[in-house]
Amino acid sequence: MIAARPVGVSFGSRQVLADVSFDVPSGQFLCIIGPSGCGKTTLLRVLAGLIAPTSGEVTADGKAVRGPARSRAIVFQDYTKALLPWRTVAGNVALGLEACRVAEPQKSRRIEELLSKMGLGHCAGQYPAQLSGGMQQRVQIARALGQDPQLLLMDEPFGALDAITRQGLQDEVARIAAEQKTTVVFITHDLEEAIYLGDQVIVLAAAPGTGAGRIAERITVEIPRPRSQLETREDPRFLAYRHRLFGLLKH
Amino acid sequence: MRGAVIPSVLLILWEAGSRAGVLPPDSTSRPSDIVRAFAQALADGSLVRDTWLTFEAALFGFAIAALLGILLGAILGLSPRTERAVGPSVEALRPIPAVALIPLALLVFGFGVRMEAAVVAFAALWPVLLMTLSAVRGVEPRLLELSRSLELPFWQQLVKIVLPAAFGRIAVGLRLAVAISLVVAVTVEIVLNPRGLGHSMIAAQQALRSDLMYAQLLWLGFVGWALNKVTQR
Repeated sequence: MIAARPVGVSFGSRQVLADVSFDVPSGQFLCIIGPSGCGKTTLLRVLAGLIAPTSGEVTADGKAVRGPARSRAIVFQDYTKALLPWRTVAGNVALGLEACRVAEPQKSRRIEELLSKMGLGHCAGQYPAQLSGGMQQRVQIARALGQDPQLLLMDEPFGALDAITRQGLQDEVARIAAEQKTTVVFITHDLEEAIYLGDQVIVLAAAPGTGAGRIAERITVEIPRPRSQLETREDPRFLAYRHRLFGLLKH
Repeated sequence: MRGAVIPSVLLILWEAGSRAGVLPPDSTSRPSDIVRAFAQALADGSLVRDTWLTFEAALFGFAIAALLGILLGAILGLSPRTERAVGPSVEALRPIPAVALIPLALLVFGFGVRMEAAVVAFAALWPVLLMTLSAVRGVEPRLLELSRSLELPFWQQLVKIVLPAAFGRIAVGLRLAVAISLVVAVTVEIVLNPRGLGHSMIAAQQALRSDLMYAQLLWLGFVGWALNKVTQR
């Protein structure tokens, strides 16, 4: 379980986040959505422990987060910058395992397992630059899973991908999260993606005046899993959530 | 091919000029004498031995500079706080001409390979350190965040992420350092260290063997060129 207890972040005199509180029970999928510039990525970095909140704190299983940890894996949006270009696909996935000091022969076995789980088995020996964006993002997810994280933090991971690739990866992430009972915090600027993936959706919006991001709305998505790209998106409940949140995302 | 015309013509003029007694015989040996001196120095092994002695000191110094420069550059590049503390000292030491340290190095190490390597290391340190520093600063911040979130120990961050990511620009610094190393090693030998090519050149000059001196000079030019070729790959 991860919890934010009124988290506020300021960079100098500029307040970026104000009074953000939420709980994510273990195994839950939380989507955070908001217009660009409302502090989504900052919030994710606070959850990762990469930056310390100016006020309040983040706790993971009751313990305060004081810095980055392997148990909280991050999948960055810009996959081209987050993969090691001099390592092959298998080598990139191995990095997470090396950090966890997984020794041979388990290491090779885990690499193979992760590659096949993410549909990368056929390109183990290729370099990231030789792959499409969707495949590169799969490599990043495989590497993150190799850390065996309790919390998976994903920062607009599919924002740069085309719609078809994105839907395929949405279903895979949902499946893997359910299989491994990983807690996921998923940042997106795509409302339908947030509702489709989330158990809980939090809308961040810039407060009038200060411009600091705060929680404008939160909903619990009560659509059973597994969800389907076709039926779920036509489900009246899905449409109702969409109606409810849509207005909040306009400036 | 066309580039060979000018040197060939000059060589012929030089040879003819010497034979005709137009050129001063003390400072300009005949090309034919230079070739003979070169062949002799090659045959008696002195040229190879001197080259090795110079290389030994240059490489020794270069290795120290490379190791120290990369390590220090990486630490300073990764930690702005350390950089603020150490940066001014670096800026104060850097302008000291390396050859001005020859007397000090002699005092500390005496004659021999160690004092020569020390001066070489001081001279070659700066390009490596500064290139590494700026290369490490330019490493994609995502990769640094990644290595932090993987909780990699500092040493592994360096070896697995930072140095490979910065390698292209560090290599430029190393290449500069190789060239500097040879120059400084020869300089130290010419000035006072009784070993290597530089020393043999000054000895030949003092013995009025300008033919041998020219042979060594040309050889040194070739060695420098070859070293540059090798490091550019």
